[in-house]
Amino acid sequence: MFDPYKIREDFPILKREINGHQLIYFDNAATSQKPRQVIEAIKEFYEKHNANVHRAVHTLSQEASELYEKAHEETAKFINANSMEEIIFLRGTTEAINLVAYSWGLRNLKREDEVLVTLMEHHSNIVPWEILAKIKGFKVKYVDINDDGTLNHDALENAISKKTKIICITHVSNVTGTINDIKRAAKTAHEHNALILVDGAQSAPHLPVDVKDLDVDFFTFSGHKMLAPTGIGALYAKREILVKMEPFHGGGEMIKEVAFNPIKRASVISWNELPWKFEAGTPNICGGVGLMAAIKYLETLGMENVEAHECRLTEYAIKRLHECRKVTVYGPENASKRCGIIPFNVEGFSSHDIALFLDNYGIMIRSGFHCAQPLHQRLKLPSSARASFYIYNTKEEIDKFIEALKEIEKS
Amino acid sequence: MVIVDNYVSRIEETCGEEKNFIVILKYERKDEAIKKILQKAKMEKSVASVIFDLNFKGFAIRAYANGKIIFKNLRDKNVLMDVLSELLTE
Repeated sequence: MFDPYKIREDFPILKREINGHQLIYFDNAATSQKPRQVIEAIKEFYEKHNANVHRAVHTLSQEASELYEKAHEETAKFINANSMEEIIFLRGTTEAINLVAYSWGLRNLKREDEVLVTLMEHHSNIVPWEILAKIKGFKVKYVDINDDGTLNHDALENAISKKTKIICITHVSNVTGTINDIKRAAKTAHEHNALILVDGAQSAPHLPVDVKDLDVDFFTFSGHKMLAPTGIGALYAKREILVKMEPFHGGGEMIKEVAFNPIKRASVISWNELPWKFEAGTPNICGGVGLMAAIKYLETLGMENVEAHECRLTEYAIKRLHECRKVTVYGPENASKRCGIIPFNVEGFSSHDIALFLDNYGIMIRSGFHCAQPLHQRLKLPSSARASFYIYNTKEEIDKFIEALKEIEKS
Repeated sequence: MVIVDNYVSRIEETCGEEKNFIVILKYERKDEAIKKILQKAKMEKSVASVIFDLNFKGFAIRAYANGKIIFKNLRDKNVLMDVLSELLTE
């Protein structure tokens, strides 16, 4: 049974007091807290198994290699990829999108091509494409959204053409929490012989993800938003696409051999097998171990249960926020159409004022553009305050949050 | 600016259309710093003893009891440093 009160016991940080109040952590869309199971896995790795991976014959290296490879396998299973060959570990979603932009985009996009992004994207799914567009001369086209922050599928279907080579779209908006219909977007992309890249930073931690069912070509996510440490994340890509792609970074680990020809005074380089071809240099081994522990923790809870818990919290929070006469909530009203992310503003206060006020009560929320300035411009918002929930949050915490907001409203 | 360094731990420029700076006071000196600021700036409003809306030479300032202060719509960080220096000097 999913019990957030029992789950809370696994998170040492939640016992903290801040400004004389019990910590209420509602900034989960930025990063999640870590359970002791993940902290212990990292500690155990460094205390018992630490060594560099691959190409060593000693015992410690074999243990570290096995753990690191197992982490790839568990990650593949978590999102239903075919095998670990389709899972590349990187620092996180941002680096994963940059990998696709440079390894795939640099070689496949031409001046006459178009890349579709939506107005609800995080900057990390806009900026790499805009940088590459300056180099290659292709056009980045922005697909409109509806006033409630949901994707305008008609706009997407009207924007796509023979020129479109890839649709880059978030699975869940990091501002409004809107869950996009990725299957529909993937179908649209493939009908036009385009690929689809899905930013899963806000979906993989919160709902079940099946990359085969979604039929996406690329799917990216960050470990730190799903209980794992910072500096580790993953890129999923269909094997047949990865095979054709050139490496992102060059260095050790990603090559099979660098054969120097003394007559020609040149090296002939061949790439390592998947996924190592895309993991140059000593990887974040311990990060991978931490990610594996986080995935095991989430799988024990069941991702369906995680999603249902957050949906209940979101529904409750929206209902209670409507009691606050000066509060405006953005995003779809129907909690089943969004993950546990609620952007809002309080009349007469900037988002930063709201965040600082709540900080006095030990309540951590985020304020500003949340790295999604085009979305704020589209919704005509100067910025927004954002509360975001996870597995350890409770209705009682929402009640305290509402009481604090009612205090600010009194002014 | 030694006087500012004595009291200020961090300065964050906010993101959003509002160009504000958030000044985070050193925890152990926050009460002393807020007292100085309250002596020099004009109090316009206080909310729940948590927020203090202040005005100093036409600059809008919102100070929080937990030692964080928002300076609103300042042109740049140099202006902020000058204002902070004036507020925190004896």
